[in-house]
Amino acid sequence: MTPTRKFTKLGKSIKLGAAALALVAPFVASAVSGQASAEKVFKAAVHADLKNTDPIWTTAYITRNHGYLVYDTLFALDENYEPQPQMVGEHTVSDDGLTYTFTLRDGLKWHDGTPVTAADCVASIQRWGKRDGMGQKLMDTTASLEAVDDKTFKMVLKEPYGLVLHSLGKISSNVPFMMPKRLADTDAFEQVKEIVGSGPFKWVADAWRPGSLAVYEKNEDYVPRSEPASNAAGGKIAGVDRVEWHYIPDPATAMNALISGEIDYWENPPPDLSAALKGNPDIKVTVLDPLGNQGWLRPNHLHPPFNNPKARQALVHMVSQATYLQAIVGDPDLYKVCPAYFICGTPLESDVGTDALANQDFAKAKALMKEAGYDGEKIILMDPTDIPQLHAASLVTAELLRQIGVDVEVQAMDWSTLTSRRAEKKSPADGGWNIFHTWSIGADVSSPIANIGVSGGCEERAWFGWPCDEKLESLRDAYAKAADAADQKVIGEQLQARAFEVVPYVNFGQWFNPVAYRNNVKGVISSPVQFYWNIAVE
Amino acid sequence: MYAYVVRRILATIPVMGVVAIFVFLLLHLTPGDPAAVIAGDYASPADIERIRERLGLNDPLYIQFGRWIAHLAQGDLGISIFSNLPVSQLVAQRLEPTLMLTVTTIVFAIIIAVPLGVFAAWKAGSFIDRFTMLFAVLGFSIPVFVVGYMLMYVFAIQLRWLPVQGYVSIADGFWPFLRSIILPSFALGLIYIALIARITRASVLEVLTEDYIRTAHAKGLSSNVVLIRHALKNAAVPIVTIIGIGIALLIGGVVITESVFNIPGLGRLTVDAILRRDYPIIQGMILLFAGVYVLINLLIDLSYTFLDPRIRY
Repeated sequence: MTPTRKFTKLGKSIKLGAAALALVAPFVASAVSGQASAEKVFKAAVHADLKNTDPIWTTAYITRNHGYLVYDTLFALDENYEPQPQMVGEHTVSDDGLTYTFTLRDGLKWHDGTPVTAADCVASIQRWGKRDGMGQKLMDTTASLEAVDDKTFKMVLKEPYGLVLHSLGKISSNVPFMMPKRLADTDAFEQVKEIVGSGPFKWVADAWRPGSLAVYEKNEDYVPRSEPASNAAGGKIAGVDRVEWHYIPDPATAMNALISGEIDYWENPPPDLSAALKGNPDIKVTVLDPLGNQGWLRPNHLHPPFNNPKARQALVHMVSQATYLQAIVGDPDLYKVCPAYFICGTPLESDVGTDALANQDFAKAKALMKEAGYDGEKIILMDPTDIPQLHAASLVTAELLRQIGVDVEVQAMDWSTLTSRRAEKKSPADGGWNIFHTWSIGADVSSPIANIGVSGGCEERAWFGWPCDEKLESLRDAYAKAADAADQKVIGEQLQARAFEVVPYVNFGQWFNPVAYRNNVKGVISSPVQFYWNIAVE
Repeated sequence: MYAYVVRRILATIPVMGVVAIFVFLLLHLTPGDPAAVIAGDYASPADIERIRERLGLNDPLYIQFGRWIAHLAQGDLGISIFSNLPVSQLVAQRLEPTLMLTVTTIVFAIIIAVPLGVFAAWKAGSFIDRFTMLFAVLGFSIPVFVVGYMLMYVFAIQLRWLPVQGYVSIADGFWPFLRSIILPSFALGLIYIALIARITRASVLEVLTEDYIRTAHAKGLSSNVVLIRHALKNAAVPIVTIIGIGIALLIGGVVITESVFNIPGLGRLTVDAILRRDYPIIQGMILLFAGVYVLINLLIDLSYTFLDPRIRY
């Protein structure tokens, strides 16, 4: 075969291939665009995989968001973080402030068609009260909780408690979602076997593919409140027939899926990709959560040097929030220097006692470490390398510690290992630890009761790191019993001042996670929690 | 032959037993606590302890192992700690995407790589040969995720011919299935095309220098007959071996491909389970993968007897 004939044959093959491609391409393209469907489907790429579906059993935010689709709450916080009735129609409080009577509004039905009863709500509150911190506090204060009739139940307190409605309207994990009694009677440490709520969407169990897909369909029987949607409160109107949660673990793939229109909404674009998306005219990038997140540097209060308050105060003088936030977020539009323990943007935001955190001072930090008796022992810093934000914070802390003369050993591990290791109370030399980082969503640190980090409940009741301070605890109790918002504000400031003295943790800044969605998506609610009602797809 | 096959199949039982013990011990000695992950960031140590108790994680290791083996003997892989669903159900949900991705990748790789390798050997030193070698080096050198993103950008974002991500079951139509699997298969297959093409070239090149090839040519057989019937058949044993090893190696590559193209397969199931210490899933998956490895090796060994009649067991 001559070269000419070879090339002629090759040319024919190329032509044939091109012709085949030309025939197939329009078919492929049309298949991509898909058929218009009468059913309105909202496809969201969610921030995590829905691995479990019982929002009382776990505190995972993805399960909380799932809970808001399927279940309903008795009360809900509005945009001013004030509790408003949701399932409750009317409620009364006795003059002595001890007896609360709640009456359910009309038209409430479980997804299996049975009516919601007061007995269901009593069982649900009791189960939640066994798992949630605020719930436990409420139950500790409750003398009795019982159904009066099908629609009314009564809660009698042992002593006046200012946070009854705030507790029942708790916005973040664990949210007191209402379930049928037959399910709410499940042991609080076991998952419920069935997902039956009374919320605006129904769970489609058969479509659930853990690791990939969760599906919800509109609850046609749901009767929304007449008030407009406001944060978690107001009318929950299902604007689409079906909500699909797609878990796309790779951010670049999620971004491409949003650009190509395969998904309508992306819950958690990282800062670098959200910056890239801002230039796309088909996509809106915005911050919905006005409170964002608060970073925590948590020292271990059980072991030297951080069992000494002076060493913990040294950490406050060492930290510059801006340095952490630049490392974690980068984009100044997405972070805020905010030294307040109860985070900026809440009624308890305050600058009382914040001077040390607002003004980084290495000399002062070094001096305090010396006063604390630090003599060069190795500090164990646990670094969860699989969580980029916390890995960055760990590296910043390690560098700052070295600058104030601390010998630090950064131990890399995955988050799962860290969650196990942080429970160790042994000395750092024997497998314990000195410092780790975490963060909390703003809604979960917005009050002394919700913010478990400021608990001084010692080894028995405090969170990992085990701060032990009677005054912190008594102020938290006082806050819970405060009569009104003005009293709460005063106590909140006292508590913050005390926190800067004993330093349960160091707040390393506030940052905001944007969301991204296509322009055809309307009605997205601004809130610390991602809600799926009120959203429509045009 | 049949006795050999039965012997090999029976031999998998102790192999799997050792794997089971090893996996169980390794997992439970690794730091990490599923109870802490379940309980979340705000749980008290007492809450975590209660969850551990509920899950039976406080029992001595030998009791936990005995419980697992007893269930395993009844074909029960256990219940996922997190989703509360049977592991067998989760595996069944994920099996098809991974299986189809693996099969299409291998088929795709063989169809391209074997002719390419044979042709490169046949035309050793030519432009085609050099191109094949260059392609092989590139195929080895470019990571799967880079190829994946490049393909995604061109064919899904720019041309919009194919979807960016996701998997459509073959039960929902062959064409939608094919569209969802083309890009991941090519991305994953590139390295195997390179690997198989190189080995094929080397094997065929070696065989082409044998005396019987010269004899075949001298007999006046056509080049195609010499190449396919004599050279390729005799070069087949290393090629089949590398294809078999390639399938085993694919399991690793599948994890990345599944992540990049958001395919809900076994690779992602395993990685997610490891990150959360979902012991029943990890144990089930490692047993499954070990079984697949053993089976592939058995099939490779058996194929030798067909390809080379001199091999007897």
